[in-house]
Amino acid sequence: MTSSVVSAETTRRTPGAIAPAGHAPATGAQEMSCRPEQAPPEDLSHLRVVPARHPGRAVLAVVVGLVVAAVLYSFVTNPRWEWGVVAEWFFAESIIRGLLETLKLTLLAGAVGFGLGLLLALMRLSPSTLISGVSWTFSWIFRSTPLLVQLLLWYNLGYLYEQVRLGNPFTGQAVFEARTSDLMTPLLAAVLGLGLHQAAYAAEMIRGGILSVDQGQLEAASALGIPARDRSLRIVMPQAMRAILPPAFNEIIGLVKGTSIVYVLAHAELFFTIQLIYGRTQEVLPMLLVATLWYVVITSALSVAQYYIERHYSKGAVRTLPPTPLQSLRARLARLRPAPTGAAA
Amino acid sequence: MNLLTLLRRPDRDARAQNRYPAGRSADAAPDRAGTDPASPRGGQVEIRGVHKSFGDLEVLRGIDLSISPGSVTAILGPSGSGKSTLLRTINHLEPLTRGLISVDGEVIGYRRDGDLLHELHERQVLRQRAAIGMVFQSFNLFAHMTALANVAEAPRRALGVPRREAEARARELLDLVGLAEKAEVYPRQLSGGQQQRVAIARALALDPKVLLFDEPTSALDPELVEEVLAVIRSLARAGTTLVIVTHEVPFARDIADTVVFMDHGRIVEQGPPAEVLDHPRHERTRAFLHRVRTGLEASPSVPDAPTDLPHHLPEDH
Repeated sequence: MTSSVVSAETTRRTPGAIAPAGHAPATGAQEMSCRPEQAPPEDLSHLRVVPARHPGRAVLAVVVGLVVAAVLYSFVTNPRWEWGVVAEWFFAESIIRGLLETLKLTLLAGAVGFGLGLLLALMRLSPSTLISGVSWTFSWIFRSTPLLVQLLLWYNLGYLYEQVRLGNPFTGQAVFEARTSDLMTPLLAAVLGLGLHQAAYAAEMIRGGILSVDQGQLEAASALGIPARDRSLRIVMPQAMRAILPPAFNEIIGLVKGTSIVYVLAHAELFFTIQLIYGRTQEVLPMLLVATLWYVVITSALSVAQYYIERHYSKGAVRTLPPTPLQSLRARLARLRPAPTGAAA
Repeated sequence: MNLLTLLRRPDRDARAQNRYPAGRSADAAPDRAGTDPASPRGGQVEIRGVHKSFGDLEVLRGIDLSISPGSVTAILGPSGSGKSTLLRTINHLEPLTRGLISVDGEVIGYRRDGDLLHELHERQVLRQRAAIGMVFQSFNLFAHMTALANVAEAPRRALGVPRREAEARARELLDLVGLAEKAEVYPRQLSGGQQQRVAIARALALDPKVLLFDEPTSALDPELVEEVLAVIRSLARAGTTLVIVTHEVPFARDIADTVVFMDHGRIVEQGPPAEVLDHPRHERTRAFLHRVRTGLEASPSVPDAPTDLPHHLPEDH
């Protein structure tokens, strides 16, 4: 780009040497190198590049800055946000316990969701109609019923089936026997409900990622005699990850906040704890703010993780990896340090 | 399946031992990668009555061909003549509709038991494939792996060679194709010619008895073709059986022991290059060669041939 700017400049500066105006800049440069018999090429080293100006961007930056400042100002000055109450409760023991419970739910439901999702995706791609049909049916059922209904159904499984019994079919002797309502704790119901629901979505996402990998990769792996398991896990999945990761993090972040729906099972995760507290203290908005801020913290941490994980899997897919924010910050600082001699115009 | 794979490991290791003797990696000579003239390891390929259909479309209509060990066979023919499909049937990437193919007496895709042929499971076909290397028109290098990892992957996964040995060998193979200094580079950072040379090194990593080339230079810029052909030429002298589908007639004349001309799923004629290329007996061969010479056929830099040909096949994708 720089070179084209320079040669355009040349065309303008030496109208006698290079013929018609409106000549394409690139050919101007070529002509200069191709005709040695002409006058010696002008020395270009004294030319300066003036970066393009973007006045619109500056105006927009000011507008955005003002809006942000106004919002922040109202946050700080409006006493009804009750920041004192927020600060008081933010690290309260019951809130932290609720937060840990939320993280535990996310982890368990995420593990069930993505583990089962991977299995369902592979099943769906199986050449066997039976296996892919089972996978399709699972996704169909769990995507078409509301999450709330699923959670309540799992929790009330004891009403539908009073006993869980594993017996020897020939002797009728029970190997395992329990009342369903004893087994089905709120935690188990929540993990099953969230996890299976998540699995149905994860399956489609992972399948999409697998389908995005070039067929030639599988073909080459088969031609090299690489076994099916390694073909999937070492050749296809690492390349599918690039397509899977952005929606997967969407889903995980959705899951973090989605755990709040578990309050219907009276399981003491973050949101249920918050509700208990504001039910008692009547400080509804500040308590919701506490919960919101914690969700923001978790989501931010996940977003940073997403950036670096995506970067890891883009190895080989892009010619050169873009610098990390830290690297580009360092590069910026390094550029600032030596006195800006030629850059400022 | 995992259990079975694990159970098979010792057996695979034994095979690997033969090809990767522990003592050899230290004093490895640079010419070891299949260029050892003392051990002619080329395989004998027998193609008998092979038919292949995709739905209603009959792509191969009865192919019979004997390819002797260590020979170089060039397959020529217009787009859609079935030449790539034939190549892909040799390592069972395309299962046959009818007919049999054997390499060194071993029927590909089947286990012979007297007069019975038992269809093999995929795992066992994979083992047969290890003896048949393939180089693709579009390279198909694993994009997320470095050149070195690409070459080392198959020995590690298909033969269970330990990583260190596989990588040492991979370095020798990259050296053989002149890319020793590109070991840590990802495919997308390489030129087309370099990628294809890595792909050749990758195919050599399993010490195949037969190497199949599917239009190895068709996706390359003209000035990159020669570097790939030079590598193939050096392999031709090494004793591996080579089967090359190509549009490069001068190259075929130069390197091949046998030239096979195919059209409409049949072999029209075959013989030494001097015969087929210079004194073709069939009108179709003559017409094809004329078109190639005048540049109407076989535009090598256009991998996706026109789709309006009467016998266009899925092979060109």
